[in-house]
Amino acid sequence: MKVSLFVTCLTDLFAPDVGMAVVKTLEHFGCSVDFPTGQTCCGQPAFNNGYPAEARALAVKMIDVFHDADYVVTPSGSCCAMIRDHYIKLFHDDPDQRKLAEDFVARCYEYVEFLTKILKVDLSTLSLPENETFTYHFTCHLRGLGATGEPAIRLLKQLGGAQFTALEKAEQCCGFGGTFAIKYSDISGAMVRDKVQCGSKTGAQTMIVNDGGCAMNIGGACHRMGASFRVQHIAQIIAAAVEHTAGAKAS
Amino acid sequence: MNSVKESTSPKRGLSLPVFHPDFMAEAHVASADAVLHAALDNSVTKKDYGRRISLAELPDADGLRQLAGDIKRHTLDHLDYYLELLERNVIKHGGAVYFAATHEEANGLIVDIARRTGSKLVVKSKSMVSEETELNDALIAAGIEPLETDLGEFILQVDNDHPTHIVMPVIHKNAAEIGKIFARYFKTPFTDNPQELAEMARVYLRNRFNQADMGISGVNFAVAETGSIVLCTNEGNGRMCTTRPRVHVALMGMEKVIPALDDLPVFLKLLARSASGQALTQYTNIITGCRRPGEHDGPEELHLVIMDNGRSRILAGEYRDTLRCIRCGACLNACPIYRKVGGRTYGSVYPGPIGALLTPLFNGLENHKHLPHASSLCGACFEACPVKINIPEFLIKLKRDEVRQGITKRPERTIFKLWAWGLQHAWSYRLGQVVQRVVLRSIGSKDGWIKKLPGPAAGWTAQRDFPMPAKHDFRYLYKQYRAGEKRGK
Repeated sequence: MKVSLFVTCLTDLFAPDVGMAVVKTLEHFGCSVDFPTGQTCCGQPAFNNGYPAEARALAVKMIDVFHDADYVVTPSGSCCAMIRDHYIKLFHDDPDQRKLAEDFVARCYEYVEFLTKILKVDLSTLSLPENETFTYHFTCHLRGLGATGEPAIRLLKQLGGAQFTALEKAEQCCGFGGTFAIKYSDISGAMVRDKVQCGSKTGAQTMIVNDGGCAMNIGGACHRMGASFRVQHIAQIIAAAVEHTAGAKAS
Repeated sequence: MNSVKESTSPKRGLSLPVFHPDFMAEAHVASADAVLHAALDNSVTKKDYGRRISLAELPDADGLRQLAGDIKRHTLDHLDYYLELLERNVIKHGGAVYFAATHEEANGLIVDIARRTGSKLVVKSKSMVSEETELNDALIAAGIEPLETDLGEFILQVDNDHPTHIVMPVIHKNAAEIGKIFARYFKTPFTDNPQELAEMARVYLRNRFNQADMGISGVNFAVAETGSIVLCTNEGNGRMCTTRPRVHVALMGMEKVIPALDDLPVFLKLLARSASGQALTQYTNIITGCRRPGEHDGPEELHLVIMDNGRSRILAGEYRDTLRCIRCGACLNACPIYRKVGGRTYGSVYPGPIGALLTPLFNGLENHKHLPHASSLCGACFEACPVKINIPEFLIKLKRDEVRQGITKRPERTIFKLWAWGLQHAWSYRLGQVVQRVVLRSIGSKDGWIKKLPGPAAGWTAQRDFPMPAKHDFRYLYKQYRAGEKRGK
């Protein structure tokens, strides 16, 4: 299966390891992965702040960059939701471009969604290098994909050595929201501290998220507050299990 | 005992009253108030879970929400027809119908009815639309005593305060605060026992129901086909207000009409579940006309005031779907921002996500430019809405309008346009990433985090640390990885 990675601008700059984890795990599950280098940004910040024309121009570029991809997979729930929820509507007055958008949208998947819906992976043959306790924060924008946190939690639970504890108010937004976190930082700060406090209460070692924005926000608050858990993208955990299991087999 | 509630927004000139205009100042205080957060978690967050549980009991809650939204959309698309039908049928059953273009007109009509019927004491059941018109102030100015009989609204009236939630008006006060208010008002020893407090109000209000000349209610749904007014309440005060006094006046926003009685169960199944997780409210009143000859109870007169107050302007534009709102408060309960700032911060009569939408639509974006932005667009409100109003999408549209109308400041517009231009090309995108990496790495600490960002980004680091970009971006790592593979072969 041929998969093109849409890494997203945040992951590219701030969490390149997450991008590599996506590449390695998809390859482990039998995909051939390529990375179209012309990609930039899905246009979500422009769209969300009221600049649809600018978002539209970026959507045209995205569609063009990925025009021959069988599947486009991204580690970011919110970027995928931007594409899924808004790309088609952006071209309501341009039937040709709209058709291209529809075709593109149908090929786009968020990472967990792709693993569970298309690859239908089973992670029970993989095990983590060490026993680890997890909790899971539900990335808001997965709502736009009609998704719940269930598939990600199911995947986590399949991993050997993984222990899961539920997060209180798991579906409550962490307060990222792009420019919201900067412009309305008082409110955003109260939201993210609530999230970190809930995370600390679980006693888990690791909080799993599906989005670069959530990871930056919760991770930054954890560091400021001295919280005891770390924040990881689910691809990083699966990649660690893939590597460990392969290593164990080799030896 | 005279009510002394004074208007806090004297000459409005706006469709909705604005109680606290400085959003940022209010948000600053509220977002640091741990007591408020705990209280809100204990009320709204719990109600949100109650909503989910009770909706899950339905065989197809999502289908029902879709149907409710479709019925509302159909009604709004043919609003003139259904309002005329409603009018005819209310009149047929002995009621009188009035159309008010503005809140002043609505208040004027009600004051006239009170004067004509010689009403001195008016008992009110909970009604957000009467908060919208500041009806109590108008009645007091005309020498008529309004008395709120919903317990929460009564507390607010006694304390000269405003509701901070559509359904639970007094959630911002705890039992101790209410105890103090009642001790002052009733001149009795202090208690913070909720049952005792409720009993004090009950005894007092029961007596006053019997003295009242006129009852004023809102309208949850008005059924065009039968001319019925539907009221959903939990305390029974709505039933007292609409049966005990001689005159019943119902005030409604014109979007409250539904076509037929067959449509009502769709909304009844959703309203209480969405509001509080109840299958139904304790009381559901379907009021069709006033007392008929030979009947023993009910008011002698029924007056229905249908108010526009800016709704037809919203109806005519692309924000029509916002008028589907049935005022259940589910979006407030689901909203992570409401849970951190409370209703007061939103400044106007309708708080929370739906308020962030309605307030600028009613009063003009220029008067409420923060409201569309003060959202992380998480979508919890849309998911909770029983009539499927896509609140986040409408908030984005309002931001777009701000840009188009020049309300958004020029530097911000320029930054966004430049940024979007830069992302048009892979080379400029990469240049931007390189610059960001170099600059951010130069101000980061050894531990990999930035404690203080410069300029407008300082808001981030005021609350939390900012991650330092990795030494190499993804593109570099990916290239190395592929090169390594080739070498491996």
